[in-house]
Amino acid sequence: MTDGMMDGMTDRSWQHRESYTFDRHVIAEIRRAANTGIYRIRGFGAKRPLPTLDDLVFLGASMSRYPLEGYREACGTDVIIGAERAERPVRLKIPVTIAGMSFGSLSAQAKEALGRGASVAGTSTTTGDGGMTQEERGHSETLVYQYLPSRYGMNPDDLRKADAIEVVVGQGAKPGGGGMLMGQKITERVGEMRTLPVGIDQRSACRHPDWTGPDDLEIKIQELREITDWQIPIYIKVGAARPFYDTALAVKAGADCVVVDGMQGGTAATQDVFIEHVGIPTIAAIPEAVRALQELDVHRGSVKLIAAGGIRSGADVAKALALGADAVSIGTAALIAIGDNDPGLDDEYRALGSAAGAWEDYQDGTDPAGITTQNPELSARLDPVIGGRRLANYLQVLTLEAQTLARANGKSHVHNLEPEDLAALTVEAAAMAGVPLAGTSWIPGRDGPRN
Amino acid sequence: MSLALPDTFDLADTTVRELNRSLHLAEGGSCTVLNPRGAHSVAAGLTSPIDVTVDGSVGYYCAGMNQQATVHVNGNASTGLAENIMSGTVRVTGNATMSAGATGHGGLVVVEGNAGARCGISMKGVDIVVGGNVGHMSAFMAQAGNLVVLGNAGDDLGDSLYEARLFVRGTVASLGADAVEKEMGPEHLGIVADLLEKADMSDAANPSEFRRYGTARQLYNFHIDDIDAELATGATP
Repeated sequence: MTDGMMDGMTDRSWQHRESYTFDRHVIAEIRRAANTGIYRIRGFGAKRPLPTLDDLVFLGASMSRYPLEGYREACGTDVIIGAERAERPVRLKIPVTIAGMSFGSLSAQAKEALGRGASVAGTSTTTGDGGMTQEERGHSETLVYQYLPSRYGMNPDDLRKADAIEVVVGQGAKPGGGGMLMGQKITERVGEMRTLPVGIDQRSACRHPDWTGPDDLEIKIQELREITDWQIPIYIKVGAARPFYDTALAVKAGADCVVVDGMQGGTAATQDVFIEHVGIPTIAAIPEAVRALQELDVHRGSVKLIAAGGIRSGADVAKALALGADAVSIGTAALIAIGDNDPGLDDEYRALGSAAGAWEDYQDGTDPAGITTQNPELSARLDPVIGGRRLANYLQVLTLEAQTLARANGKSHVHNLEPEDLAALTVEAAAMAGVPLAGTSWIPGRDGPRN
Repeated sequence: MSLALPDTFDLADTTVRELNRSLHLAEGGSCTVLNPRGAHSVAAGLTSPIDVTVDGSVGYYCAGMNQQATVHVNGNASTGLAENIMSGTVRVTGNATMSAGATGHGGLVVVEGNAGARCGISMKGVDIVVGGNVGHMSAFMAQAGNLVVLGNAGDDLGDSLYEARLFVRGTVASLGADAVEKEMGPEHLGIVADLLEKADMSDAANPSEFRRYGTARQLYNFHIDDIDAELATGATP
């Protein structure tokens, strides 16, 4: 044996090289699957790298664009939904709403905190798959009532108490899938609200029981308007699947507002394979939905667009609006604001086999932050008043940040932001968002320079 | 604000909106609706104990989400008859197409003729009596309540159902996942007798002629293996 061969054998770093294809997460999942025989069910949203709104930047003002004074000049943020058809349109002070999350998936304290925070900020909260609780109605100044395939707890009295109805066709975490709530969270109260046996693993319907396709949905929306005496707006929420066609069909069906939820949207419990592999990213969905609204001549008009899925910051809010959304919706970010994945609870997350910042087991009902649980001892840990203040503060920051960016681009209302204020940092983002690659006039997939 | 009901609404010269607005404001009384001509959402969202008779056939969602009212249709009904009914009674003398009584929480739905596919889908406590047959996927994911069928049931009856009780006098083309035939006990004969009487069909059938179907409860929870735990405790052979 030569010296050279000896050297090769003593350098053993290759023995520690992890496979890119079979990385430690992949190996852990194969082992977990082999042990249990059931797919991974978890909460949270997509975790793998995806194109995001971070791949866009605002251009700001310059020689040819005049900015507004960043700290003082007025920059409007209000949103009105349903003014054309509803007696009582939804009036929001800020362009950020709280997405649908059920009592059942969340504790009553968490729902109350969301209601309190949203009401202080002047925006809406949304029920979820499982009906409306008195607590959330009481603490939410503007409450959107979700109308879902399962119709769990669906009650015309609650429908009439709502400020808007959101017909849920799909959600970003799982376009084409129904709700899921594991038995640990089907307590007596949750089971009674949903007419389900306590402790079952609830797998909700994914198709509505009494309409099929957009022609039926148009008649369904007419019925909902009749039952609520044309008082309140009606939204249609879709997962980001085919946003151009879905949005166009939602307009045809008579919606006042289309909610398009990108694949980064979170969930209380869904198959991991669904969360990570179905739907398209939010950055790709918004421009397609906007194109449909523009073709039908309702954009920034009679039909509003709410974009959702992975919205985290005022920059995300402003970029979504610049791409053409009228408002955004947040779910995961709102839960983090009220205490989800709190680093102060790291020891407890680790005791559950996770860590602060990585916790995703919403389905287990063991949340040490007291948010995604029905365990009375855990949920009592969440102070809904403090949680509400945290959410209100966070919503205020999102709004201030969005205003800052709007003023820097010379806009006196956040709705005046437009694609022309943006540039893309990657070729992919340029193609998906339909804005030029930074430093060029190139939008992949489109002919010629932009006008 | 409560308004007295007119004796008749003629949908030949009144809109469904005007009809429903009046019905929503009424707290009692009765009325007849003429010339429905397949209109949708006729008498949807009623909230008080009024009697509404519809002379003719209706479109989708007739008597949708009904509370307390009695709605009688002399004709046929299209999709979603009495969907999500909470209480009261809805009756059609003819046939009902898809999703009759869908997701109903309470009250009684009577179809004298046949009901189409998905009759009683996701029912949550409503009682449904069908004089004729029901179509495929009826009582899909049915959670609570009773479905009584004097005729035959189509394919996949009671697929993935929960605690709803299904009674069929004739044949069942096939049962859906997790649906099984169950014994007809005295309690069940009593339920059928009571519902036949409420549906005014006591003379049409005898409770002893019905067979009962319900859940096998095999889909209530995921089956999860745990090989590692078995090895740790030495439980495997």
